[in-house]
Amino acid sequence: MQSFTGVGVSPGRIVGSVRQMPKAVSEPPAGEQLASSTTAEDAAVTLRAAAKAVQAELKQRSVSATGAGKSVLEATALMAADPMLIKGAVKLINTGTSAERAIWESAASVAEMLHNLGGYMAERATDVLDVRSRIVAELRGVPAPGIPASDEPFILVADDLAPADTATLNPAVVLALVTSGGGPQSHTAIIARALGLPAVVAAVGVEAIADGTQVYVDGAAGSISVDPDADQLEAATAWAANAATLAVFSGEGVMADGHLVPLLANVGGAADAVKAAAAGAQGVGLLRTEFCFLDRDEEPTLDEQVTAYRGVFDAFPGKKVVVRTLDAGADKPLPFLTDASEPNPALGVRGYRTDFTSPGVLKRQLAAVATAAEGTEADVWVMAPMISTAEEAADFARMCGEAGLKNPGVMVEVPSAALTAETILGEVNFASLGTNDLTQYAMAADRQLGPLAALNTPWQPAVLRLIQLTVAGSVAEGNNKPVGVCGEAAADPALAVVLVGLGVNTLSMTARALAAVAAVLAKVTVEEAQRLAGIALAAPSALEARARVRAELPILDELGL
Amino acid sequence: MSERTATIASRVGLHARPAAIFAEAVGALPIEVTIALEGDPADDAMDASSILSLMSLGAANGQVVVLRAEGDGADEALEGLVKILETDLDAE
Repeated sequence: MQSFTGVGVSPGRIVGSVRQMPKAVSEPPAGEQLASSTTAEDAAVTLRAAAKAVQAELKQRSVSATGAGKSVLEATALMAADPMLIKGAVKLINTGTSAERAIWESAASVAEMLHNLGGYMAERATDVLDVRSRIVAELRGVPAPGIPASDEPFILVADDLAPADTATLNPAVVLALVTSGGGPQSHTAIIARALGLPAVVAAVGVEAIADGTQVYVDGAAGSISVDPDADQLEAATAWAANAATLAVFSGEGVMADGHLVPLLANVGGAADAVKAAAAGAQGVGLLRTEFCFLDRDEEPTLDEQVTAYRGVFDAFPGKKVVVRTLDAGADKPLPFLTDASEPNPALGVRGYRTDFTSPGVLKRQLAAVATAAEGTEADVWVMAPMISTAEEAADFARMCGEAGLKNPGVMVEVPSAALTAETILGEVNFASLGTNDLTQYAMAADRQLGPLAALNTPWQPAVLRLIQLTVAGSVAEGNNKPVGVCGEAAADPALAVVLVGLGVNTLSMTARALAAVAAVLAKVTVEEAQRLAGIALAAPSALEARARVRAELPILDELGL
Repeated sequence: MSERTATIASRVGLHARPAAIFAEAVGALPIEVTIALEGDPADDAMDASSILSLMSLGAANGQVVVLRAEGDGADEALEGLVKILETDLDAE
């Protein structure tokens, strides 16, 4: 039996048949000419037919899509046979260029024009390039790039998924995600956890599995087996039964000895917040406010922001809602705030730092949060992302005070903030560990890079040490200021136990993970958690830390987590 | 040559969904229609059935555009298109 090993990033055991995501379409060679057997008129007719076919396919898919995905598909369908795009290509064909090369160049110049217009138009340039790939694939008679359209459920195997693929990923059809690239913090991992799909990333060699092959995927163990045996089929059936119980959270995080660990949700808007409240979340540990800024050419008005935040606050009356101020930059650029030409965006002007270059945006956001908080019953806390020094923490606390917000805090995601947690917590009321960025910065490893996946896990003893230091900083500060975790680490039930053992007070995660984390915490005492944290800290590697802790938690295997 | 002016009513301007709806309506007509910003030379007018042209035109909310067409039924056709532009398509 052939098997592959990668990094498990979203639990679940499932059996299904494989569909490979078609490879990206390669560029037709520059200067490629029409075949001598083809006239320019024929080539133009063929191109128009291919464009119409792509348009029909996209249109048909838009019918079954919903929400934002639907309007993207509708607009892209129109672009496919757009007169500007096609006329540009036909002009080139008439000078003897091949149809593939002609559409390639015509789309490139349209994309460049959109790019130069900036803002919203610049983002649409990607859609034009997507349409171009589809037309070239159609001309070549190869499958269209992107997630295969299918009515039969399948396990999707790809190099890696891009954020844009989320729009076309139908969780009712896709059973699990397996990628040869990507890391634990890659978009594939984030998409999988948000949708509750089992997923394995960085599984070298899976691109060779043929379409239609039956495989068993274990999203906790990180393994893929071809032609599953009887034990594996049984494990998949058991998971299906367990998944039902693991989907229900009682609404209180409590350990075996009665110690309380509030379990909160990470949300990105009012709709998310309503879902999280329904899933039993004890509050919001991370409200990503980017949702109200993305896809915008300019800053949203005060009223727009107030309405957006209030929608979230209203979902959690009497509960804590931690608002993270705008975290733009790096992988979340905003035309009016961030400079896309920075050589090193992850180390650039992002998060709280945009206040240095575009003062005023943060001040107005804080005013909007304060206004939205008035008249709601939510307990509103505010924190700044990417804080590196106590001085920045003090400035942020002062701005919060001026806006009338009483509970300022900071994200700890830059190692310097973990190392100086005592002085930083002297300036603010709480800290929240953003483990995704903290890991990327502690290990100097880009989150999106597959070859660095092994470095990029919060199980790294160095990252655990930084978390321990942050808690120690709070203890030394002397006022019991809470330290929470709001990164993906909190959604890993085994790591959640370690985090509590390190002294973390609250855990915030995607709402889907609440029940699984609660189920495991309920079986462990604080004392045991501390012992497991000690084991993880002392391990020589991330892999060993994870393996040793998991070996002490048999409940994980029982539940298939 | 028939000519009509229209004021863009959609809050986001003439792109995204409003542009898609408009381009599709023009595409369904048997005649060719051009669009230009008011005051721009007629020679610079663009194909109104092209969503990409509409997007590059970048007409914002409140801006006035000029539609031009020739042939049978041009007047009626432009009348219908003006109505589309003067409706806030984003609100629907």
